[in-house]
Amino acid sequence: MIWSPKFETMPRPEMEKLQLERLKALAARVYEKVPFYRQAFQQKGVTPDSIKSLADLRRLPFTTKQDFRDNYPLGLLTVPMEQICRVHASSGTTGKPVVAPYTANDLRMWTEVMARTLTSAGVTKNDVLQNCYGYGLFTGGMGFHYGGERVGACVIPTSTGNTKRQLMLIQDIGTTVLTCTPSYTLILAEGAKEIGLDLRTTKLRLAVCGAEPWSEQMRADIEARMPIKAVDIYGLTEVVGPGVSVECEHRCGLHVFEDNFLPEIINPQTGEPLPFGEKGELVLTTLTKEGQPVIRFRTKDITTLHAEPCKCGRTLVRMDKVTGRTDDMLKIRGVNVFPSQIESVLLQVEGVEPQYLIIVDRARNLDDLEVWVEVSEDVFSDEMKKMEALKKKVTDELESTLGIGVKVKLVEPKSIARTEGKAKRVMDRREMGLK
Amino acid sequence: MKIKQVSCFVENQPGRLESALEALKAEKINIRALCVAETSEFGIMRMVLSDSAKGAEALRKAGFTVKETVVLQKDMPDQPGGLLDTVAKPLARAGINLEYFYAFIDPTPGTASIVLKVSDPDKAEKVMGQ
Repeated sequence: MIWSPKFETMPRPEMEKLQLERLKALAARVYEKVPFYRQAFQQKGVTPDSIKSLADLRRLPFTTKQDFRDNYPLGLLTVPMEQICRVHASSGTTGKPVVAPYTANDLRMWTEVMARTLTSAGVTKNDVLQNCYGYGLFTGGMGFHYGGERVGACVIPTSTGNTKRQLMLIQDIGTTVLTCTPSYTLILAEGAKEIGLDLRTTKLRLAVCGAEPWSEQMRADIEARMPIKAVDIYGLTEVVGPGVSVECEHRCGLHVFEDNFLPEIINPQTGEPLPFGEKGELVLTTLTKEGQPVIRFRTKDITTLHAEPCKCGRTLVRMDKVTGRTDDMLKIRGVNVFPSQIESVLLQVEGVEPQYLIIVDRARNLDDLEVWVEVSEDVFSDEMKKMEALKKKVTDELESTLGIGVKVKLVEPKSIARTEGKAKRVMDRREMGLK
Repeated sequence: MKIKQVSCFVENQPGRLESALEALKAEKINIRALCVAETSEFGIMRMVLSDSAKGAEALRKAGFTVKETVVLQKDMPDQPGGLLDTVAKPLARAGINLEYFYAFIDPTPGTASIVLKVSDPDKAEKVMGQ
């Protein structure tokens, strides 16, 4: 099923014409309304009139997460605050959160792309959709909620956590679709096993998963443990939240709703655009967002774009499953974790050296975060209870800052390899495929 | 009697004990008493050495985290009830808590010895007698 055939199956020339029109209008608007963009355009020696064709997109300046921080909270707005009717925000774990303000039209557009997303994933009005994404500042909960209602499905807003209650509702209300992180499907599968529930006896048939990178191997594992098809979605707070792209039944990449979000792939080192089929950093420009549009946002996500139309009938550009990130941000169980956060926590615990190693693994298909901390003479004690208290303190501080479970391991000095220049702080065994 | 004890942080892995002992041997340091408190990940090796300062330095040079602390050593009769009467009873009566201790037989016949870390060493020394 296709929610919006007009846009999702639009012939390429027509789509490109629409994109160009929208891009010109967008550039003119941000240039006029937002000092940050005007200055950035001027630094690149461009004006909105420089855009004659879509190829001129490359002449426009990039926008980064740092730019959002520098303009916190509402410096990138193009409309008066009176027109903003909802504000979401990223977790802000590295400092100021990224604020995502929406006008009424933005919310309509978002609901529309979420309806497309869910329809492409296979959700219909006959489905009972249990939404296990967090409700609140995070865009996931409400994005899926309104998209589900728009499609006409019955939405159960369970939000995250409370696995037993989730399983009870799956049985009692007859849930057919789960919307959650891929790791959460496995927590549900484990929970079901623990209470002796055979999920094949439920009506579950589909999971719409996103908010963290996951491999094809993990998908196979999810589908082996649960009687469901797991579909990948993609989105980000700076752009809209979920609703940027989604797989269809053919699972040959995620269709980007490019009438709203114009995708490019660039070489992350040089910033030069790369052709279709080449792997690089995904850059997105919002073509229809009113409140806080963004020009050439550097997502730091690594993927490839494909232009060939899909068997499903959609003509939209497809992006591969995101395989990694250009920076060192770790996405663990859907939570963004930066090594610098761990460092600052360790530095706050008196006497602990900022010599640490972060090991991320996916044992049993759940992301595990282990932090190795070197024991210096300042914190070392001949008394075991003091060593245990130290370990607990570091664990507690890390968990309260990061918001996820952490296993702390105390190790001997120098057992963490020192390198010249930038230290190797992270060992991500998920990427290395060591299982 | 107050004595110096050298504690050493050792990861619970094959070869770590060997490295620590090599460092001591190279400096001709003898271990008079030894006790290890272990977890699944690491151990705290506590030692009374023939030369604490030199031993601690040798271990540090070998890359270990080391701490020198003052602990109590107390001799007691090597006979049934020796530990109870000389150490446990007086400490319990005085309300002194034992953090840890380890005992060994003294080269002097009929004498055993205990190394102990307590909450209040001065008071402990007093109640146990010199």
